[in-house]
Amino acid sequence: MTGPIFRQRWLLFLVFLLPVLCSAQTVERFPKPDFQTDYTRPDLTTPFPRTEVQEIIDIVVLIGALSLASYFALRLRSRKAVFVLMLFSMAYFGFYREGCVCSVGAIQNVSYALFHPGYAIPVSVVLFFAVPLLFTLFFGRTFCAAVCPLGTIQDIVVIKPVKLPLWLSHCLSLLPYVYLGLAVLFATTGAGFIICQYDPFIGFYRFSASFHMVLLGLSFLVLGTVVARPYCRFLCPYGVLLDWMSRLSKTHATITPDLCSECRLCEDSCPFDAIRLPDESQVVPHKTREVKRLAIFIVLLPLLVAGSGWIFSRLGDPLAGQHATVALAREIQAENAGLRTETTENSRTFRAAGKPDSDLFLEAEALQRQFTTGGWILGAFLGLVFGVKLIQLTLHRKQTGYEIDRGVCLSCARCFAHCPYELVRRGEISLEEVPEVQ
Amino acid sequence: MAKEEGSSVTRRGFVKTGLNALAGLSLVGGSGLLINRSSSEELVWQLDPNLCVQCEKCSTECVLAESAVKVVHSTSMCGYCDLCSGYLEPGAKSRDTGAESQLCPTGAIKRTYVEDPYFEYQIDEKLCIGCGKCVKGCGAFGNGSMYLQVRHDRCTNCNECSIARICPAQAYSRVPASRSYLLRGDEAQKFSGI
Repeated sequence: MTGPIFRQRWLLFLVFLLPVLCSAQTVERFPKPDFQTDYTRPDLTTPFPRTEVQEIIDIVVLIGALSLASYFALRLRSRKAVFVLMLFSMAYFGFYREGCVCSVGAIQNVSYALFHPGYAIPVSVVLFFAVPLLFTLFFGRTFCAAVCPLGTIQDIVVIKPVKLPLWLSHCLSLLPYVYLGLAVLFATTGAGFIICQYDPFIGFYRFSASFHMVLLGLSFLVLGTVVARPYCRFLCPYGVLLDWMSRLSKTHATITPDLCSECRLCEDSCPFDAIRLPDESQVVPHKTREVKRLAIFIVLLPLLVAGSGWIFSRLGDPLAGQHATVALAREIQAENAGLRTETTENSRTFRAAGKPDSDLFLEAEALQRQFTTGGWILGAFLGLVFGVKLIQLTLHRKQTGYEIDRGVCLSCARCFAHCPYELVRRGEISLEEVPEVQ
Repeated sequence: MAKEEGSSVTRRGFVKTGLNALAGLSLVGGSGLLINRSSSEELVWQLDPNLCVQCEKCSTECVLAESAVKVVHSTSMCGYCDLCSGYLEPGAKSRDTGAESQLCPTGAIKRTYVEDPYFEYQIDEKLCIGCGKCVKGCGAFGNGSMYLQVRHDRCTNCNECSIARICPAQAYSRVPASRSYLLRGDEAQKFSGI
């Protein structure tokens, strides 16, 4: 490259000093070199992602951990064993696998796959979603106790758990349903995976997070020292499904190995308020008033469902704005109408790509319709949940002894050692030493 | 639980068992349905270099402190020019390896003399932050042999890639793990085994 050609190139260079937004197209502006020496071009390295074998190992470890957790909580009845398994799960699913893919997030993949036949959901993700649910159907929420990486990191910081006032507990217990509904709506419409975006603990497992994520995670862990497992109890969307499966479970952890003499020693042993006191099922003094209340709630139920559905369908527009395509369409529309004086990077890139505005607007309209329909369904679901909860609170069931609330109990095995009959089973005391009930 | 005299199954127990079986069957059935039309392969994230607009978000949006996206160089496409627009700053005073002449903010491109008038350019991945300044220069004034790619030895394969979410050109997509790079030039053919 000599003389005039050289000067030509410099000129070209100067002319193009103006900022040009263009995609890096492959235009062969300069010819391929003709090497005289025996120079060989270096190869481009393409390091591969995790192999399929490692996916299989993950599933095997998941099934193994779930089996052990169920065995430790139901058969062996040992808190120590559950605790050790918990540490292993933190190490494997948390630090080694870096907390992703997790069963909680898998909800989003499964919902997306159900509505988009083109998305080939990996088998391991389906199994991560379904296998813990199946185990819960048999043994209760042993997944929560010793396998879930989000749960285990919260469990180890439980220091001085307090009992929340009942009304607060009931109100907060509605949040997981909202989170589940929103997560499914956003995942199926392609707006985003909010469970992943707001996962408080994944920053710890990756050793890397933005400031907000670190703040969120630390807040949850600090709160977790006094309010045991706040995410699990009051936010986890997967917990909703586990709650349902656990209520229907074939067998479940019990506080006492055989009978309950209502000695009350286990009353304060559960950090998650999962033990139902027998006092709650006393004979109701004002039966007619209770029946009237129940009747009102039953009549109210369809109204709640319809009303809530309508409210959330109205929320369809603002919710749709969370979708990148809808947001872009609104931006382009505003710019075209002269309502926006400045352009954004997204709008500039869109215009440079050359796709017609009308295509974008059609896509956005279709998505907006999806959000309206989704809003109806979400609202109806939440209305149903709220209505059923009201009915549940009005109903009273006869209860013999201290029972575990199967929906809430995480099978952590903490309460066992408080029961004198358990101590008899372990051989630490004899049957005669069991305190008499007054 | 209310128990009728002389029966071992309660009404509540029967309903519960029924629902349990229903739940179990739906789980197994639903999973089977999804697995049937699923790929046994894991899907990983990758960006299409032909859509990329070099907005520099790849270096800042990755959840990892050091982004998993880095520049790769398809040497089969490179012109091996002395005046490399991906290496040298516009208006560089001299064509050498001086830091003041380089476009790369971390000095991740290594320039070595091959023979007259050709120079080899190699990316040092340990230094590259994935900002794409060199990609912009190379694409605008050169052959486009330098481009960004997700490096799968670093990528944690998040369920939802945070760069994918924010990319103004929608250049990210999920690809099968066995074909995890979208390359240019001869390297693309070599990679896909053609």
